[in-house]
Amino acid sequence: MNNFKALVDWLKQAITDKEQFHLGYADESSEFVRFNHAQVRQAGQVQQSSLNLKLINDGRHADLGITLSGEPALDRQRLADGLQQLRETLPLLPADPYLLLNHDAWHSHNEQLRPLPELAQVLQDISQAAEDVDLVGFYAAGPISRGFASSDGAFGWHQANSFNFDFSLFHANGEAVKASYAGHTWDSAEFARRVHQARDQLHFLGRPLHPLAPGQYRAYLAPAALEEIISIVTWGGFSAQAIASKGSSLQRLYAGEQHLSPLVTVSEQISGSLSQAFSPEGYPRSDVRLINAGRADGQLVNSRSAAEYGLSANGAGGDESPSALQMAAGNLAQADVLKQLGTGLYISNLWYLNYSDLPAARLTGMTRFATFWVEDGEIKAPVSTMRFDDSVYSLLGSQLEALTIERELLLSASTYSQRNTASNLLPGALVKRLTLTL
Amino acid sequence: MFEHHATLKKHFSALRTNAQFFSLRYVRESGRYLSVRKNVAEPPHLSHDEGAMLTVRLNGVEAYAATNDISLAGLQAALERAEQQARQILPHALLDLREQAVSSDVADYLSPDFDQPFPTLNDCYQLLGDESAAVPRDERLVSWDVSLGQTTVEQIYLNTAGAELRQAQRFVFPGVNVTAFDGNDSQTRTLGGSNFGQQGGFDVISRFGLIGAAPRVADEALQLLLAPNTPQGPRDLLLMPDQMILQIHESIGHPLELDRILGDERNYAGTSFVKASDFGHLQYGSSLLNVTFDPDIPEQLASYSHDDDGTRTSKQFLIREGLLLKPLGGALSQFRANLPGVANSRACGWNRPPIDRMANLNIEPGDKNLAQLVGGIEHGILMSTNRSWSIDDARNKFQFGCEWGQLIENGELKGVVKNPNYRAISAQFWRNLSAVGDASTFKVLGTPNCGKGEPNQVIRVGHASPACVFSNVDVFGGDA
Repeated sequence: MNNFKALVDWLKQAITDKEQFHLGYADESSEFVRFNHAQVRQAGQVQQSSLNLKLINDGRHADLGITLSGEPALDRQRLADGLQQLRETLPLLPADPYLLLNHDAWHSHNEQLRPLPELAQVLQDISQAAEDVDLVGFYAAGPISRGFASSDGAFGWHQANSFNFDFSLFHANGEAVKASYAGHTWDSAEFARRVHQARDQLHFLGRPLHPLAPGQYRAYLAPAALEEIISIVTWGGFSAQAIASKGSSLQRLYAGEQHLSPLVTVSEQISGSLSQAFSPEGYPRSDVRLINAGRADGQLVNSRSAAEYGLSANGAGGDESPSALQMAAGNLAQADVLKQLGTGLYISNLWYLNYSDLPAARLTGMTRFATFWVEDGEIKAPVSTMRFDDSVYSLLGSQLEALTIERELLLSASTYSQRNTASNLLPGALVKRLTLTL
Repeated sequence: MFEHHATLKKHFSALRTNAQFFSLRYVRESGRYLSVRKNVAEPPHLSHDEGAMLTVRLNGVEAYAATNDISLAGLQAALERAEQQARQILPHALLDLREQAVSSDVADYLSPDFDQPFPTLNDCYQLLGDESAAVPRDERLVSWDVSLGQTTVEQIYLNTAGAELRQAQRFVFPGVNVTAFDGNDSQTRTLGGSNFGQQGGFDVISRFGLIGAAPRVADEALQLLLAPNTPQGPRDLLLMPDQMILQIHESIGHPLELDRILGDERNYAGTSFVKASDFGHLQYGSSLLNVTFDPDIPEQLASYSHDDDGTRTSKQFLIREGLLLKPLGGALSQFRANLPGVANSRACGWNRPPIDRMANLNIEPGDKNLAQLVGGIEHGILMSTNRSWSIDDARNKFQFGCEWGQLIENGELKGVVKNPNYRAISAQFWRNLSAVGDASTFKVLGTPNCGKGEPNQVIRVGHASPACVFSNVDVFGGDA
């Protein structure tokens, strides 16, 4: 934090009276180890640190991303060079009618510095737990820091140590089960328990495949499978700009023309989550109820959308997607899922979803990892990879029978550009009809 | 250009390690993204990024450390971290690379017109603003934007075997999209965006046809709004190049990646329906199918002289007359699988390690012009511009959707249809390739957004293709 503060202090004295700034900061030191056949396929460490400087003057503004070196004098010089580049850029731009600045001098501070696991211990535990099994996976660990400061005096700091081991166990027949172990404190016994659970499922995957024809089936979507549906929907679904410009898959929900099941209540619950409590553009992030008992409620609104559409900004980021989404629990006990399903599909994971018809919220995607055929409440056999094509208004609307009481906190394992801190807290979903097409 | 070369060389020669081999890959990237949305200039986003990855090989085990500190002390610290990492994983390592050869090549590579100045910020905004303003006033046109991305990358690779490879590239990504809405349905028409990008300068914008494109794109969005849904049922399918690139990418490119076949990606991107034993034996497609790894089209997104492990590129047939010949595997994967391959070990930046990626993966032209392709179809549909893609983790069962469809009956193009989708299975689909367009239908395209790997990486890949016809494909429309 001191490096960031020093840069903020320098910038405050460097700007003129007419200039304002937003300064975002991201830093992470990561240990990455990927496994194939229960051995280390590739391993390394990444140290990266960057700033995002927005300079504002007379209604004009521009952003510049700068990689930091970690060496204070050089970083100050890079920031000075960046400031100069933006000063030369702003006069070339028109004033931005959608610039809406937050002048509040808010402060936010969150630090979690629990010690990270020793890699040697992790390697030993994985090696031991994966004996005689084909494990493929990826371990990412280390501290993550995010910061924000503005010329108006706002200052946010978020720092957390975390690890995430995302892995799969493969049967010799090619079928696989997916699991993960993520958090702050590595517990060898807890990790061994999770691998043991996955091994139990792997046992069922050794049975002969149950052939399945395209058609309509009862299905239970485990939280990880439901997360895939939620993730594609959140790809613009709750974005104020996407809703206004008809790029949202939930545009008919927000227009009041469609509704979901009354069982469905969805919120962006930043408070208490693993994500930072401030947006990259300098707004404190609010908790927002997005869907209330099947009806559209709030939207995710960043400052630009707030200015353009006359809404109140609630701290959404540039893409207005959630990062700590929760779906309310239902009343189906996890222990009763197979019995309630009766005969149908138990789907642990879905994969590679996309839209068949975006305005109609019609999706397609694949089953992947541990999908089972269930008869009379008993798992009978694994099912070969199948494609579904169905509407959100059906799956989470007319055909939704129940949600589970228990919910699972699913931490993002994404590492595009940087380690992701997003999470979803979701129940499982029992649906009366899922349409398989191929 | 390459202003850090001398310093990096000096630092490199001063680095000390117990490793038997190590390399340094320095990357500096500058970006500029501009857009005008509904006649309002969005604030520009500029970026400067630089750092280096040190990779060591110690007792046959490789490990890397990437650092944002490129001072001698910073590089030395990273080298030591990589060496320590290699020692830690030694008892658990999957691979023994003591016998794997390393590059000692020396070369420079530049994008075409790299030294030519790019239009100024003012000129670019003027161009984007003019196009945005050319979208007709129609209350059904609810959203549009015109954009221009530009990225410049310099890379310097040095290793202890004497390799010294420098590359300087400029990538340009223009795009236009317009969304029309009639109170119930919305339809979007796109030119470029994630379907187009090339190396070069202003000439890329000219080749792309950005200037004057917006009114046509808007008109096509309105046509789609008025069009009926795509009818359901089997038809011959004419795919235009801006959909062919997605078809190539998902159902030839990914399944031929050798690291997937070796199982590395099973936890994330997936595996492949292709087996190592299929190379040289599997009839992947009809005899009309010729697929090349081609680094020799200078403007294509992934043309380069050496990959990120230092292996020299050359044009290779992966599939010739439908027969599967070679995988997309770099030097490491070739060593592991004992198979031939190509120079496709690539990283998306200094902070991610090289893995097997597509680069330029193309379909060679055939012998029919567009009129002949259409004329040869009795009951079919033309589809263009990808908007939806989904495929299983073995890259077999797929469903793809396009923005634009036109029915074909008795050899003639008929009415426009909306929501055109099709689904099939890769292992069978390419065997239904029944006609391949000639050079007049061939387009050099690509995408900046190919995701893969753990840690995750997004990389630029090039695809060039003629229009192609596939017989008897299951097509269908949407709900609207």
